[in-house]
Amino acid sequence: MKRKRVKFAFFLDLESAYKTLLRNKIRSFLTILGIIIGVGSVIATIGIGQGASKAIQASINSMGSNMLIILPGSSSLGGINSGFGVLPTLTLNDVYAIRKLSSVKTDTAILGMPQQVIWRGNNWSTLINGADSTFPIVRKWPVAKGTFFTPQQVSSAANVAVIGNTAATELFGLINPIGHIIIIHSVPFTVIGLLSVKGFNAFGQDQDDIVVIPITTMMEKIAGTTWVHAIAVSAKTQKDTVAAQSQITALLRQRHHIPVNKPNDFFVRNLTEIAQAANSSAATFTILLASIAAVSLLVGGIGIMNIMLVSVTERTKEIGIRMAIGAKKSDILKQFLIESAVLSLFGGLLGIGLGFGISSAISAFSPLKTVVTAEPIIISVVFSLCVGIFFGFYPAFKASRMNPVEALRYE
Amino acid sequence: MSNSYDINANMPLIRLENIGMIYKIGDISYEVLKGINLAIENGEFVSIMGASGSGKSTLMNILGCLDKPTSGSYFLEGKDVSGLTSDELAEIRNKKIGFVFQGFNLIQRLSILENVMLPLYYSGYHSKDSEEMALKALKLVDLSDKGNKFPNQISGGEQQRVAIARAIVNDAPIIMADEPTGNLDSVRGADVMNFFEKINSERGATIILVTHDKHVADYAKRLITVKDGIILSLETVKKI
Ligand SMILES: Nc1ncnc2c1ncn2[C@@H]1O[C@H](COP(=O)(O)OP(=O)(O)O)[C@@H](O)[C@H]1O
Ligand SMILES: [Mg+2]
Repeated sequence: MKRKRVKFAFFLDLESAYKTLLRNKIRSFLTILGIIIGVGSVIATIGIGQGASKAIQASINSMGSNMLIILPGSSSLGGINSGFGVLPTLTLNDVYAIRKLSSVKTDTAILGMPQQVIWRGNNWSTLINGADSTFPIVRKWPVAKGTFFTPQQVSSAANVAVIGNTAATELFGLINPIGHIIIIHSVPFTVIGLLSVKGFNAFGQDQDDIVVIPITTMMEKIAGTTWVHAIAVSAKTQKDTVAAQSQITALLRQRHHIPVNKPNDFFVRNLTEIAQAANSSAATFTILLASIAAVSLLVGGIGIMNIMLVSVTERTKEIGIRMAIGAKKSDILKQFLIESAVLSLFGGLLGIGLGFGISSAISAFSPLKTVVTAEPIIISVVFSLCVGIFFGFYPAFKASRMNPVEALRYE
Repeated sequence: MSNSYDINANMPLIRLENIGMIYKIGDISYEVLKGINLAIENGEFVSIMGASGSGKSTLMNILGCLDKPTSGSYFLEGKDVSGLTSDELAEIRNKKIGFVFQGFNLIQRLSILENVMLPLYYSGYHSKDSEEMALKALKLVDLSDKGNKFPNQISGGEQQRVAIARAIVNDAPIIMADEPTGNLDSVRGADVMNFFEKINSERGATIILVTHDKHVADYAKRLITVKDGIILSLETVKKI
């Protein structure tokens, strides 16, 4: 008759803990709310962080390989091309000089401004980018249909345009734009190519909302300037980016006749470095946010301890009864520990649901695509279990140390 | 008497030697038990009588291994239990002693059947076996059909019978009852007392009954009267 139960004991304990907690649903729920929010926000923040770093990684790849960007201006701060005005320091001849440097594979001048583009009855305001024929190589951005403009078309300032996917869709709908004439700033252009789809960049801008025309045409017929906005440079290798940076700086100082004691009238940015820095600061930020979220897990643990203490006091009589009929200290300890572990585990599971919910909401309503991986889920479940056991220990210990006679007398 | 843990055939089931109990509240000490000497044989039905506050419950808590005396020795089945740890005492309570209290002391959240099964859970029975044993115990107190009810769904007399079932479910050789009829009217009280008699005569369990009610005490075969922490009389009674 006296078969020992071993295997099922734990499940029995679990079941009875579960039943106990279900009897007081609202209280149990409020108790684990802290854990739910904690786990939920840990998973959501890590999802956001991983999504951001994936986006940054993607934009590093999409920018073009080993890219440097040269901007006009004397400030070493910033690096943002402000407004439509062009600071008059960089010229097309600078571009051609840079192209001869040993570390530089190729480059393109860029002169961009927003303009209205008209095709038949449709018009669409988009970014008009003047560029060299090397643009597809430097920006790692090939055409999907048609051709890009040739060096000859650049030197002859031909009226040809290569159109980005978004601009094409807005103007032409489903019609193949190649061969059609579009009007920019009252100048007719023949569409000769359609760029491949590039998508959004890390800042949420639609990179496909663009029309690219020869830089010379841009200068003469649209912008009316001989200066350029920026020079995008593709170094030969990743290592060459550093050499290119110093060579370009030396070359431009010499070409611009800048005395030794005067600052540069341009600045050179290594985009890969910037992107990597952005990536690592995104990671730091994620860790920071996740730690704040983890603090709320701890607070949730304190909530569990609080309610378990109340529960132990409320059930003093029950503890006395259990002790009278033979419960050992360890039995009582185990009973309450399992209860708080079940509580926090439930909190953890609901928190995972919440975290997934927040992550998918962010993915659905913002350009950032969050990435939820298994690690934060496993870590938060284990962590919330530990929180439950850690904070449940003191109340359970208190219960196990009760004197049976006094506990029985409790009303 | 030695501290031997061996079962001594010549020893009574229960033997108290000079048991004293002093409660301290702040600086003031209350000597509730003042040198109790007592022997109870296996299979006896004993009543401990006395006025309220005379120390009956204190004595019963010591006899039931719920509390440790301040001084003296307690031999249970020949084994000195005064020095045991709280877990060892828990084990003794689980295997050897069943309690019935004045206030029934059932766990409200658990069904009647689960309440009766609880001692078996702590002695490590498989839940299938313990359910069988609990149903048997419930049958003995005529409550076979109430297993799925909860304590607040049955009468006080029935609750006390559930407590009796819980006390006997583990085949404990000793049943201790502290004012078991205190919360019941005389009809239900008599009903409950009949079950104690039945357990004593049919199962041979030793019954120690604490009461201040002479009518209830009369169910026992021996009457022990306590007053001011000492035993006044050890009267052996009539009924066979
Ligand atoms: N834990 C305790 N602390 C202090 N005094 C106690 C305690 N338990 C009982 N007493 C006192 O001991 C005396 C005997 O109590 P008790 O054994 O419950 O008597 P009875 O059961 O005969 O009514 C009473 O005066 C009571 O107040
Ligand atoms: Mg009493």
